[in-house]
Amino acid sequence: MYEIIRKKRLNETITLMTVNAPRAALHAKPGQFVVLRADIYGERVPLTIADSDGAAGTITVIFQLVGASTRKLDMLEVGSSLADVTGPLGRPSELQGIKRAAIVAGGLGVAIAYPIAKALRSLGASADGFVGFRSEGLIILQDEFTSFCDYIDIRTDDGSNGSAGFVTDGLRARLEAGERYDEVIAIGPLPMMKAVCNLTKPYGIKTTVSMNSIMIDGTGMCGCCRLTVGGQTKFACVDGPDFDGHLVDFDEAARRGRFYLAEEREAEEHRCRLLESAING
Amino acid sequence: MADMAKTKTYMPLLPIDKRRATFEEVALGYTAEQARKEAGRCLNCKHRPCVSGCPVNVAIPEFIAAIHEGDGERAGEIIRKTNSLPAVCGRVCPQENQCEKLCVRGRQGEPVAIGRLERYAAEFEPRNGGGRQNAEPINVNHPAKTAVLSGTPVKVAVIGSGPAGLSAAGTLAKAGFTVSIFEALHNPGGVLAYGIPEFRLPKNLVKKEIDALTSLGVSIETNVVIGKSLTLDDLRGEGFSRFVICSGAGLPQFMNIKGETLPGVLSANEFLTRVNLMKAYRFPEFDTPVRVGRKAVVVGGGNVAMDAARCALRLGAEVTLVYRRGREEMPARAEEIEHAIEEGVRFELLTNPVEYTRKEDGTVGGVSCVRMELGEPDASGRRRPREIAGSEFTIDCDTAIIAIGNAPNPTVTSALPDLATQKWGGVIADDDGRTNLPNVYAAGDAVSGAATVILAMGAGMRCAMDIINM
Ligand code: FES
Repeated sequence: MYEIIRKKRLNETITLMTVNAPRAALHAKPGQFVVLRADIYGERVPLTIADSDGAAGTITVIFQLVGASTRKLDMLEVGSSLADVTGPLGRPSELQGIKRAAIVAGGLGVAIAYPIAKALRSLGASADGFVGFRSEGLIILQDEFTSFCDYIDIRTDDGSNGSAGFVTDGLRARLEAGERYDEVIAIGPLPMMKAVCNLTKPYGIKTTVSMNSIMIDGTGMCGCCRLTVGGQTKFACVDGPDFDGHLVDFDEAARRGRFYLAEEREAEEHRCRLLESAING
Repeated sequence: MADMAKTKTYMPLLPIDKRRATFEEVALGYTAEQARKEAGRCLNCKHRPCVSGCPVNVAIPEFIAAIHEGDGERAGEIIRKTNSLPAVCGRVCPQENQCEKLCVRGRQGEPVAIGRLERYAAEFEPRNGGGRQNAEPINVNHPAKTAVLSGTPVKVAVIGSGPAGLSAAGTLAKAGFTVSIFEALHNPGGVLAYGIPEFRLPKNLVKKEIDALTSLGVSIETNVVIGKSLTLDDLRGEGFSRFVICSGAGLPQFMNIKGETLPGVLSANEFLTRVNLMKAYRFPEFDTPVRVGRKAVVVGGGNVAMDAARCALRLGAEVTLVYRRGREEMPARAEEIEHAIEEGVRFELLTNPVEYTRKEDGTVGGVSCVRMELGEPDASGRRRPREIAGSEFTIDCDTAIIAIGNAPNPTVTSALPDLATQKWGGVIADDDGRTNLPNVYAAGDAVSGAATVILAMGAGMRCAMDIINM
C-alpha cells in the first residue's frame, strides 16, 4: 500500500524517497513529520515531511543513513512498499507573521528547511539561507534551497565549497553587519542548533529549533520524546517538533539522544551479518 | 448436585523458573476435565448475582451449564452474544471485583472460577465462523431492524481499536451496521497490543479475536490518526454519519520530580510499547531496542506496574516495585500481584520516589525514596499516604519505569474544539456514550480515564446499543 514511487540518492549518506501515503499527505503542512516502518520487524522511524502532494496522495521524506533502520529503508527500491506510514504528526511550523527570516541548516537539516523556505516565500516573507555541510560532496538541494532565499551563505567544514567554517559564521557576519530578522529558524544537529541559539540570544532574536528526539508512537503516548523547555517537560511529537531554542535544554536532549547508541551498533552488526549470510547463501 | 469443594479447581501455570526467562503465557488454562469439574461448582442460582457484576452482562450460569454438559462450543457462543472478546476477558478481567465477587459460593470458600471458565469456553471457534445468523446480540431491542436511515445504510466510524472500540464495532456489525475502525498505531488492539504483555495475553490470540470481528464485516484501517490524518469532516465526506471516540487513556503521567527526564527513566507506556508492540524482547531480530540493565525500579501499584515489573524481570533485571500505599490498596488484580511476587519482584510498599539520581555517564543511577504512612481516607476512600520525616533512602537502578497512571490522549479531542471535556481531559459522555456533539459518542478510557478492559467494553457496547436503537 505504501509504495515507493521515487527514490534518489542526494549524496552518499542522504536519500530522498517519495511514497504513496494518501492519509498522511492529505493535511500535511511544513514542519510536520511521518512515522514509518520499513518492514514488519522495523522500528517506528520519525521523518520530517520534505514535500507532500495531497491530490496525488504522496509524501516525500529525506533521510540520512545513520543506523540499521535507515539503512534498511535505503535498501528498498521503487515499486516495493513500506510496511507503515503514519502522519502527518506534530504541529506545523508557525510561519504566519514572519516578514524576514534567517534559515540556518546543517546537513540533512537542509532537507527539512527546504519546505519551510518554500512556505515562507509563498506567504510573502523573505528569507536568508545559511547552510553548512561537512564537505562539498555532501551538499544537497543547493539549487532548490537557493531559489527560495534572498541571500545564501554556504559553508563546508573543510572549505571544499563556499567558505570554510560553520553555519554560525555566516549568520554572525550578517548580524554583526547590522542585518536583523524577525525570526531565526535553525534545523540540524543538536550542537549546531545550540550554537545558533547562543549566537542569537544576545540579539534577542526569536530562534526556533526543530527537535529530532527519539520517538516511538509519535502521538504523545509514550513520552520517549520528552525534553525540557523553559524548565517544563514537553513531548517533541505533540508539543513540537518546533520549540523556542532559547529555552531548550540541549545538553539533556543530547544525553537522551545517545541512550541507545550501543544497541544501534548491535542492530547494525546484526543487519550486516544477515546481509552477509544472504549474499554467501 | 453441585460439587461442594471450597476452592477453585487448580489452573496449571508455567513453572516459575521457566517464567523468569520467557515471554510465554503463564496461565495455561483448564483442560476439558478440569473445566467440567469447576463448572460443577456452580449452583445455577435463579437470581444470577454474577451477571449483575459483569459490565457486558454475559449469561454466566448458562455458559457454565453448557461447559458442565460438555458443550464448550455452545458455552463460547453464549458468551460471544454479549462479549466481543471472550478470550481476552477470561485472561485480563478483574473477576474478583466483578462477577466472582458476587458469586454465592464465595460466601463460604472461593467463588466459582468464572474467569477461568470463560477463558476455556473462548477456545472454541464459533460455528459458521461467528457469522451474523447465530450471533444475534440478545440485548438488541429490535434485532431485525435494518441499519438503514432514510434509504442510506448507516456507516459508523470508530476511532481507536482498543477494547471499547472493538466492542462497539462488534456489537454494531452484528446488528448489520457498516463499521470502520481507525487505529493510530500499526497494529490493532490498542492496549491489548501495546500494553498487556505476551505472557498474560498472547498476541496471536488478540489477533484471532480481531479476525473474528473482521469476519463480521468490520473494517480496520491502521496508521490513521484521527484529528491529524483525517478529521471528522473528512469522514463525513466519506459517508460516515455516526462516530464513536474510543481513543483510550494513552497519555503517560509523570510525578514532575527531579531527574525524571534522565535517560533511563521512562514511562511504563514507553517500556511496554517497546516490549509488546515493537517486540523489543526479540531484539535484534526486531529492530527496536529496550534496555533495562541489571537493576530496574518500577513505580506504581496497578496492573500496568505489575506488567512492567514482570517484563523487566524477563529481560534479565532484578526488579524492585515501589508503591506509596500498602499491598491492600494496590489496584492491580490479585493474580498479577501473586505472580509478580512468585517470580521474584521485590516490593517496597509505603514508599514514594522523591528524586532520580544520575550515574557518571549521565543516565539514571538511583531512586531516592521516602517511607510513607497511611492517614485519613481520601476522596477515593483509600487512606491517604503521607511522608515519614527523615526516612529517605536510595535504591540503585539502571532503569526506572514510571507506572503511576495515564490520562486520556488529547490528540483526537484537541482536533474537536467544540467537544465537551473534563478539566483532566476526559470526554464528557452520558451513560449511553452520547457527547455534547450530535452523533458523536465516546466510550472507554477516553471518557473514564484509565480503567479496565471490561469496563471499556461495556461502555463501547452501550454506545453501539444507542446507535442501534435510535
Ligand atoms: S514519541 Fe511517544 S510520546 Fe512522543
